[in-house]
Amino acid sequence: MSMRIHIKNGHLIDPRNGIDAQQDLYIASGRVVAVGTAPGGFVANQVIDASGLTVVPGLIDLAARLREPGYEYRATLESEMDAAVAGGITSLACPPDTDPPLDEPGLVEMLKHRARQLNQAHLYPVGALTHGLKGGELTEMAELTDAGCIAFSQADAPLTDTRVLMRAMQYAATFGYSVWLRPQDSFLAKDGVAHDGEVATRLGLPAIPVCAETIALSTMLRLARETGARLHICRISSAEGVDMIRAAKREGLALSCDVSMNHTHLSEMDIGFFDANCHLVPPLRSLRDREALRAGLLDGTIDALCSNHSPVDEDAKQLPFAEAEVGATGVELLLPLLLKWAEQAKLPLADALTKLTTRPARILGLDAGHLAVGVAADICIFDAQHYWKVEPAALKSQGKNTPFLGMELRGKVRYTLVNGQVVYKSA
Amino acid sequence: MNNPQLNKNGELQHLLSTEGLPARILFEILDRAAGFIEGAAGNEIKKVPLLAGKSVFNLFFENSTRTRTTFEIAAKRLSADVINLNIGSSSTSKGETLLDTVDNLCAMHADMFIVRHAQSGAAHLIAKHVAPNIHVINAGDGRHAHPTQALLDMYTIRHYKREFHNLRVAIVGDVLHSRVARSQIHALTTLGVPELRVVAPKTLLPTDVGKLGVHVYHDMAQGLQDVDVVMMLRLQNERMQGALLPSAQEYFKYYGLTQDKLAQARPDAIVMHPGPMNRGVEIDSSVADGSHSVILPQVTFGIAVRMAVMSLLAGK
Repeated sequence: MSMRIHIKNGHLIDPRNGIDAQQDLYIASGRVVAVGTAPGGFVANQVIDASGLTVVPGLIDLAARLREPGYEYRATLESEMDAAVAGGITSLACPPDTDPPLDEPGLVEMLKHRARQLNQAHLYPVGALTHGLKGGELTEMAELTDAGCIAFSQADAPLTDTRVLMRAMQYAATFGYSVWLRPQDSFLAKDGVAHDGEVATRLGLPAIPVCAETIALSTMLRLARETGARLHICRISSAEGVDMIRAAKREGLALSCDVSMNHTHLSEMDIGFFDANCHLVPPLRSLRDREALRAGLLDGTIDALCSNHSPVDEDAKQLPFAEAEVGATGVELLLPLLLKWAEQAKLPLADALTKLTTRPARILGLDAGHLAVGVAADICIFDAQHYWKVEPAALKSQGKNTPFLGMELRGKVRYTLVNGQVVYKSA
Repeated sequence: MNNPQLNKNGELQHLLSTEGLPARILFEILDRAAGFIEGAAGNEIKKVPLLAGKSVFNLFFENSTRTRTTFEIAAKRLSADVINLNIGSSSTSKGETLLDTVDNLCAMHADMFIVRHAQSGAAHLIAKHVAPNIHVINAGDGRHAHPTQALLDMYTIRHYKREFHNLRVAIVGDVLHSRVARSQIHALTTLGVPELRVVAPKTLLPTDVGKLGVHVYHDMAQGLQDVDVVMMLRLQNERMQGALLPSAQEYFKYYGLTQDKLAQARPDAIVMHPGPMNRGVEIDSSVADGSHSVILPQVTFGIAVRMAVMSLLAGK
């Protein structure tokens, strides 16, 4: 079927190709065929009127847990892929901490297959760096890559043996694979559930100091220099961590970094009286850390913003703070929270959007995140002036838990297209 | 953010923490407790019908003898029906969640829950969950708070020192893990104690403890210099395993309260301890049993203070 779509009257923003103006977009056979004026003889069989709406490249989320396989009681691939496209996300990377973890090519193939059948966002699995994420033996990285993995990671599982880490990075570097690591020293973080600061002191919560992040980060940066592995730092959380990454990048280390949207908008203060929705990994840190994360995102030290989408079932949050399951739903809040940050940082939308388009595309090594003629027509069309309240009924994700519950956010996705097909249209 | 302990009229709805409670409520509790003690025949506080017909559930997810018993005595003196549940050995070990347990007890027409739990925030969770006619008293949650202990300590200090605004107070020991210390600090600062100190090695102090309004001392002799009140904290044996301390002996040498160290304090200083004591670890027997010690009166005052809290919550 050759679908020809004309998206008209929208305000097109394509950061990579320098477009920020009212321009129409023409799509055929799943690809962008023209920007601005219709190609000769183009007859659309679907016209999307984007008057008053913003048309941007489909968003790319570097961390969305879809909970399959193994945690279907929290969420399913169906529910979370639905939620992702409702959030304007057309490509997403999923961490390997499923049950069993993504350490076998068969599991990855199955996941890719299931995602293809759903025909929604593109799914890019991140493979386990070690068997069972146990930090002992290497996984078959080449086989996993053939099966569809785009990088290798420990997710939030500890890797305490530095020699294993070094060898994993050496082996990955042999083939040019990326290693995605979240820096946290597992001894210093042991039993901790909140940032080691004023709030944890007041509430009597076991704490995780900033040095748990910086010590692990220092090891990772040193090993990246040593092994030449392509390192991507996940979910940076502290001001000192941002400084270290800035310095390492200045020295010329091939390094990228992301931050979760929760951490650019919230701090330890939001825990209030033990709000379990704020039980997150890494922990929400101080206001000073939050400001440093926002500054790092602004100056490019931090490449990408991600949702760190981790749906949790309601019962698992109805527990005392430390016992409550970690995580928050996120894919449907990613765009509104980017808009909020851009507005607060007085950053033009075109610049802000790079954090969800061109920059993550580069980290994933994809020709995506822009809308030049010839690329796959992955597109997000949203109403930047629509305000909506975050409440369980407004979310498609099976996880209804987020620290932003009850908050009013700006920005609502109207259409999402993947490969030139409308996969989401708001009611 | 709404204070979950107060209702919309600013009255006490639950007692979860001493933090965020206005001085007027703290004094109201202390005055009320004094009323019970003054009305006592000898040492025996009279039984009053203030909570007649009310059901008080002692909901202890963590073992405790002393606190549970004093709550039980206090409730009985108020003529309440008291039901003791040691959940540590009951429902939750069968897989029932905390809130399911609470719902079941609410269905049995509980009027008040007295909750002890190993996790910080457990009492807040329950308070947020129950109907507005049910009151929750936190009898200790993790490292967070133990407000009735702090209130009975305030009662004790007021009994011996009369005023708070001219005192120098030192809290000594494992502040990091202590819910008692946190509640004492908030109560003492609210009641206007001008100089509050904590004395401990760095491994037993939480980060940024100074922001709670205390001066930090690592040297005990300096920390006790000219203080009016010494509040000792219990040191649990497991602290030696977590690399927080080398040995009980070394701890006692540098942070145990002995007659020598107490000599730094004012001559009329009082010595307090929330119990149970580890003699020879945080306190020497000669001090625990000595003339400065008010440790046993603390326990006695604890009954009156808990009666005061319960009757205030019940609106009687």
